[in-house]
Amino acid sequence: MMSFKTTIIRTIFVFFAILAASIFSNGASAKGPIKIGFSMALTGGLAGGGKQALVAMEMWAEDVNKKGGLLGRPVKLIYYDDQTNAKNVPGIYAKLLDIDKVDFVVSGYGTNLIAPALPVVIQRDLVFMGLFGMNNNKKWKYDKYFQIMPSGPDPAVDFSKAWFDTIMKMSPKPKSIAFVAADAEFARNLKDGAVENAKRRGMKILYNKNYKPGTPDFTPIIRAINATKPDVIYVASYPPGSAGMTRAVSEVGTKAKAFGGGMVGLQFSGIMKGLGPKLNGILNYDFYVPEPNMTAYPGVVDLLKRYQKVAPARKVDPKGWYLVPWGYAYVQVLGQAINAVGKIDHAAIAKYIHNTEFNTVVGKVKFGKSGEWAEGRTLTVQWQNIKKKNDLEQFGKPGIRKIMAPAAFATGKVKPFNSLR
Amino acid sequence: MFSLDLLINALVIGILLGGFYAALSIGLSISFGLLDIVNIAHPAFIILGAFVAFIFNSQFGFDPILVSIVFAPVFFLIGTLIYKVYYRSFEKTGAEALRGLAFFFGVMFIIEVLLIISFGVDFQMVQADYIDFKAKIGSLDIPFRMFVPFVIAMVMTLGLQYFSSKTFFGKAMQAVAQDPLALRLMAIDPARIKRIAFGISLATCSIGGALFIIVMPIEPSIGRLYIGQVFAIVVLGGLGSQSGTLIAAMLLGLVESLITTFFGPSWSPAVAFGALILVLAFKPTGILGRVGDTRG
Repeated sequence: MMSFKTTIIRTIFVFFAILAASIFSNGASAKGPIKIGFSMALTGGLAGGGKQALVAMEMWAEDVNKKGGLLGRPVKLIYYDDQTNAKNVPGIYAKLLDIDKVDFVVSGYGTNLIAPALPVVIQRDLVFMGLFGMNNNKKWKYDKYFQIMPSGPDPAVDFSKAWFDTIMKMSPKPKSIAFVAADAEFARNLKDGAVENAKRRGMKILYNKNYKPGTPDFTPIIRAINATKPDVIYVASYPPGSAGMTRAVSEVGTKAKAFGGGMVGLQFSGIMKGLGPKLNGILNYDFYVPEPNMTAYPGVVDLLKRYQKVAPARKVDPKGWYLVPWGYAYVQVLGQAINAVGKIDHAAIAKYIHNTEFNTVVGKVKFGKSGEWAEGRTLTVQWQNIKKKNDLEQFGKPGIRKIMAPAAFATGKVKPFNSLR
Repeated sequence: MFSLDLLINALVIGILLGGFYAALSIGLSISFGLLDIVNIAHPAFIILGAFVAFIFNSQFGFDPILVSIVFAPVFFLIGTLIYKVYYRSFEKTGAEALRGLAFFFGVMFIIEVLLIISFGVDFQMVQADYIDFKAKIGSLDIPFRMFVPFVIAMVMTLGLQYFSSKTFFGKAMQAVAQDPLALRLMAIDPARIKRIAFGISLATCSIGGALFIIVMPIEPSIGRLYIGQVFAIVVLGGLGSQSGTLIAAMLLGLVESLITTFFGPSWSPAVAFGALILVLAFKPTGILGRVGDTRG
């Protein structure tokens, strides 16, 4: 039978062993990676963008780790596929925070997938970087939310401001407008902002309707719009709808002087290549185009070259012009802020992001009070000079997507839609 | 705003759109309508067919419709193999109702994942000269992007209708839906008939896929948007009736086109599905459904 003394000695030994193990494990975690967690659309309707963004984020993590990581610790990305389904998002963020114990969370791609993550993040009082959200913080006014899409401080309205500034340079100035949007949150927000811009400019609204996602043919919509004889047509659509609208307007024609605005997907390689010359004349939003003055951003050319090398193997958009610079930039901002603050202190990091202008692959980024860009920089571009069908390489040359606005980036002058068809 | 031009164009586009919907639904009218197999993966097979057309079009410049016709027998074989698994695992044991549905959900996800692995998640389109062509007759515009799928859909639908009503095997297909026991008494194996019929239903997906990618760009999961629509058309047409499916598809296309033109596109799904409810309220078996068929 064990003596009392032996039992005491063994108990003390076990106690110290546990204590040592605990100290050792704490020490190890302090030197472990900084974990950044997020959900991402890797399947489903937004996967085309989500996968591009993921490749860009992985490239950022690789770059940071080569330079010694953040706060001297390597960066590790932990992510789950949200399947482009908003219902999956809260559970993913709860898992990231409670099970994976990530140090930071950033958003997945797109308005509809940022919205369900925000309440979870706000409850934990964490810094939250957003990737291409439209007005997600309007309701919450959360002071630790920052969004990388350069819409501007009043995102829904500022997003289409450059488009309206551009059409107002036409002679004679357009006086009437038709609106059509996909029946989905992002597109409806875009359209609502554009309607506000039209009202501010005293334009007469002749048509204002939504269409259901999955609509196979848009010729009845274009005909109905044409019957109202608008001077310009503003379209807020998702990729299949954007392709459908472009084909329909090619088949039916229109007398409107401008067509486009908020057509998501025309910037994707597969759709650009497929539509080819049918894109000529369309006046649409964009964020990055291979025009000479845009390539001046630090690191963006190199980033895209690196991305384009791995894109075929990763089965992602072969060019990555639309989202790659932004997928890189939103974690780049977070990384710069973490290193500058020098510790994992979400309040201090948020304060630093609010007060700092960041140098990123998409140029200088400064956030306003709402967490949106202090000054909008959504581009309005017009597709011009597309001559070949089924040729993606032509879209990499300058002069195909000429920048109309903002004026500081302009590389061309707007022309009436039909003059370029 | 009403005008005769708008009306004529809306009617013509409605009919063309109806033909397209018929091409998507006709295979399901066999598998779901005749064989009672809730093939929820039907639209996913259509997208698989679309990707087959895409790969041969983008790599070799082959016409998507031609590719789809060549690959229809391959889809037929895939269909017979899938039915074999389905029959042995579920139908034979009488567990087809819920487990069979889960099985086809699984098949749908497998197809999507395989497509994602093979082609990625980007939207893809095909090229063919007729896609960009349009005929103009007075104020009427006929885009061949819609007209060619319409013609192919009509040939396919009417061909299937002829096959199922005039040939021995077609009649056996009808019989297996009505009275499989009687078929057994005539020394015909209902499982064999069903296997071949299911193969035919999947063969239509090859052609339907080519028509799909001609009409709009595709990505691996886009088929999900059409699950409700294709099932609604089959139910509206009357389970097991190919002619009914064609009429229902035409009705849906016409309603969508007319409502979109004159009242706005956001109303078209509500009106189209309202029409479905209305028809089923007065004729629960669907437009050309069999009297006494309570499945609808």
